[in-house]
Order: sequence, then C-alpha cells, then structure tokens
Amino acid sequence: MIRFDNVSKVYPKQTRPALRDVSLEVEKGEFVFLVGSSGSGKSTFLRLVLREERTTHGQVHVLGKDLARLSNWKVPQMRRQLGTVFQDFRLLPNKTVAENVAFAQEVIGKSPGEIRKSVPQVLDLVGLGGKEDRMPGELSGGEQQRVAIARAFVNRPKLLIADEPTGNLDPQTSVGIMKLLDRINRTGTTVLMATHDQNIVDQMRKRVIELEQGRLVRDQARGVYGYQH
Amino acid sequence: MRAQFVLSEIGVGLRRNLTMTFAVVVSVALSLALFGGSLLMSDQVSTMKGYWYDKVNVSVFLCNKSDAESDPNCAKGAVTSDQKKQILADLDKMTSVVQKVTYESQDEAYKHYKEQFGDSPLASSLTPDQMQESYRIKLKDPEKYQVIATAFDGRDGVQSVQDQKGILDNLFGLLNGMNWAARAVMALMLVVALMLIVNTVRVSAFSRRRETGIMRLVGASGFYIQAPFIMEAAVAGLIGGTVACGFLVVARYFIIDHGLALSQKLNLINFIGWDAVLTKLPLILATSLLMPALAAFFALRKYLKV
Repeated sequence: MIRFDNVSKVYPKQTRPALRDVSLEVEKGEFVFLVGSSGSGKSTFLRLVLREERTTHGQVHVLGKDLARLSNWKVPQMRRQLGTVFQDFRLLPNKTVAENVAFAQEVIGKSPGEIRKSVPQVLDLVGLGGKEDRMPGELSGGEQQRVAIARAFVNRPKLLIADEPTGNLDPQTSVGIMKLLDRINRTGTTVLMATHDQNIVDQMRKRVIELEQGRLVRDQARGVYGYQH
Repeated sequence: MRAQFVLSEIGVGLRRNLTMTFAVVVSVALSLALFGGSLLMSDQVSTMKGYWYDKVNVSVFLCNKSDAESDPNCAKGAVTSDQKKQILADLDKMTSVVQKVTYESQDEAYKHYKEQFGDSPLASSLTPDQMQESYRIKLKDPEKYQVIATAFDGRDGVQSVQDQKGILDNLFGLLNGMNWAARAVMALMLVVALMLIVNTVRVSAFSRRRETGIMRLVGASGFYIQAPFIMEAAVAGLIGGTVACGFLVVARYFIIDHGLALSQKLNLINFIGWDAVLTKLPLILATSLLMPALAAFFALRKYLKV
C-alpha cells in the first residue's frame, strides 16, 4: 500500500534533512500510527505520501505507483484513491454538512444521482444521520471531524491519511473518533494516522512507527506511544 | 464536469470582486477599442492611398478627349501616339533619375479607380474613355521630382505632372502619428488590464484557498480547479470586448455617417465602409476572451497550487 525505499527529503534552503534514509512498508488493511515530536518529520512523511512534496533521494510507492514517475496530471487520479483528514477539519463554513461531503464528489465529476445516494449513507456511517442540513459552525468539534471523515471516506478510498485528527478534541470525543477510524479500517481501508495522543496509541495497540529528527527509530507491531529504549 | 457547478462558481467569483471586475472590464474595453481604432485608421490610410501610391513617385497624366475641351493645358487636343512615344523615349533617356516607368491605359485607370472608389456615386457615372492615360514613374531618389516636372510640365499632350506623395504625405503623416499615439495608449491600457487581471485572480485564488485546497485533496483535476478562475477572467474580458465593439460601431457611425458626418463634408475622400468595421469585431471579441484567459492561466500557475 505504501512503501518507502531509503527516502530522504531536504527542503530547499535548509541543510538539515526533514527525513533521512527512511525505509518501511505498510500493507493493505493495516492501521498504522505515526508518532514523534514536532519537527520529527511526520508531516513531511504524510506530504510525501500525498505527493505534495517529492523525495530528494529514494522512492515512495503509494498504491503500487512510484510517485517520482507519476506525472503531474495524474496526481489527481492518485489522490482520488486517498482520503485525508486534518486536525483543523477543513470544512467549508458556508456549506451544509451534506454539501460539504457532496463537494468531494462533485469536484471529481460524480453524477448527482450517485451523490444523492452515497452522501446519506456515509453520514449514517459516521453517526451524523439527521444532521445533513446543519452548518459546520453549529456542530461540536467532534461532529465537525466526523463530517471531515465522511468527506474523506465518501469516495471509498483505499488509504485514509489522518494528520492528528484528534488534536483539537477532548479525550472522550477523541475515543469516538478513533472508534470510527477503527470501523473504517475494518472495512478494509488502510489507515495511516499521525498523532501526539499517547492515550490513544496505548489503547489501540496497533502498529507504531516513530520518527526522530527525520530518522525511523522504531517500527513496532502492537506498539505503545512512549517506548523506552 | 458539471457545468452548473462551474457556472455558479464563476458567478460567485465575479460578484465577490465586483470592483475589480469592473476595472478589468473598463480597461479591456478601452485598450481593445484603441486597438480596433488603430486597425481602422490603418485601413483608412490604405483606402486613401489607392493603387499607385506605394508603387510610384510621380505620375505624368496625358490629355484625353474631354480634357481637350476643358483644360487649358490640353488646348491642342488629346494626346497622340507620336507624343506618347516621344515622352516615353525622353523618360528612357533619364536613366540617372528614373528607375522604372509604367504605362497605364484608360482601361487600367478605370479599373483601378473602380477598385478604390467602387461604391461612391461619382464612380458609377464614369466611363473608361473619361479616364486619363498616364506614365507612372518610380524614381531612384523620390526627392528628384522636380526634374520630371520641369521636363514634362506644359508639354503638348501632357495634362499635368503630379508628385502624389507630396499631396498626401502630410495627411498620412498626421494619421500615422495619431495611429502610433493610439497604439502607445493601447499598449499601456493593455498592461494595466493584464495587471488587473493577474491581481483579480490572485485575490480570487486567495479568498477561495479553502475550497481549492479541499478540491486538491479529494483529487479534483487541475483543470477543474482552475476553470472557474480562468472563465471568470474570460467572462470579464468578453464583456469588455463587447463594450469595445460597441465603441467602434458608434464611433464610425458618428464620425463618418452622422454627427461629424465627414463623409458629406469631405466627399472627395473615400472612407472605410461598415465591412471594415465589422471584420474587426470578431478579432476584438476573440482577443478579449483569450487574452484575459491566458493572463489568468499564467497567474494561477503562480498563485494557485494544483
């Protein structure tokens, strides 16, 4: 699903690499936590998977494609098979819940019939059935994140990338979001989640990848957050 | 892609930047009106130049039958073939000044006249035998006109010797000057228009960065993300182009036909017709559509990551 081969990334005008010689593989259907302190390279890792950045050295394969060889105009096609969720939700404030989710389908040219069918379905899945016509501003943080997850999942991606999805939420709400991500994972979708949330990582006992100053320092099946060397 | 979605995005964008859109429309309209005006001015100049203007420097007009009655220079009657031979022989001897001599018969003169003044009422009453035969002379040095004038003026069979450029050069100089001034202002307005479009696109892209960011994440194609911005610029440009076309039509109407009514006051001058104006309009509309669209396209490469 994701494969990094000796990947290094140096941003222009910076001498210290953001990632150094990282190699790893994520299989289909896995649930993977990406942990590490700020500046450890987590965001760079995700940006490389989304092909918002290109590697300086090494190769990134996502969904079996070498991203370095993927031409720019094919990138949108690749991204349609990925779903993304962020800490700050990134909803459109002037559209309703249903419209926000539908937007992800409209812009890739899905037919109105398809959209009418799949939007209520996915909103039910994330537990927002009945709130289709609410505006994002009227919802709690947890509910807004559910909308964002619905939007990320409505096109049934093979890989869901979550960048600190619980970063703005209280612990209880976070648990609800994690349950939802777990459910999505059980449908066969690979989930890659960057997080700082120790409790969540410790409770879920999933694979943990830890980065430190751009190096891969730990790759542990059924790991915990605060691993001691 | 769903047209309705894109159209609503364009409408929202244009309304959000109403003042900027207005500025784009006005600057595009002015620059293209000047562009069209400059093209029409060139047309007007070439209409007035006629067939021989760029080809010869001096014309020696020979007397015809009607000149023999009306013109004192031709009191001795129409030109004879001996006189013509003599003139041609003399011209051939003046190799130091003359580069080329062309003889224009009455029929040819009639044909050229028809081409230039075809639609004027004067032309329809003319017949070929009212035209003058002439020798059209290309000089090695255009300033040496006087040599030809002294040699042939007043000679039997010669009605007149004309330095055609001398008559029209001042007028054409004025028109050309106006033309260049129009082009300079046009270029300036064009730069203003393009900068406005780039700025509009930048503001537009910034105010919609949330939407475009999400579009990018869910895999909308680059074209799909850019289309609303490009079409926004194209629509504003097209409105400007339409206004420019209106300017040109109204300008021709008031300057030539009515209002100033130059066609009645200066009835010896052949003015450009409606066809000259109408053929410019598609060019102006196409420019008004494509130029802002291109400007927007290049601005987006800078301000909108896809």
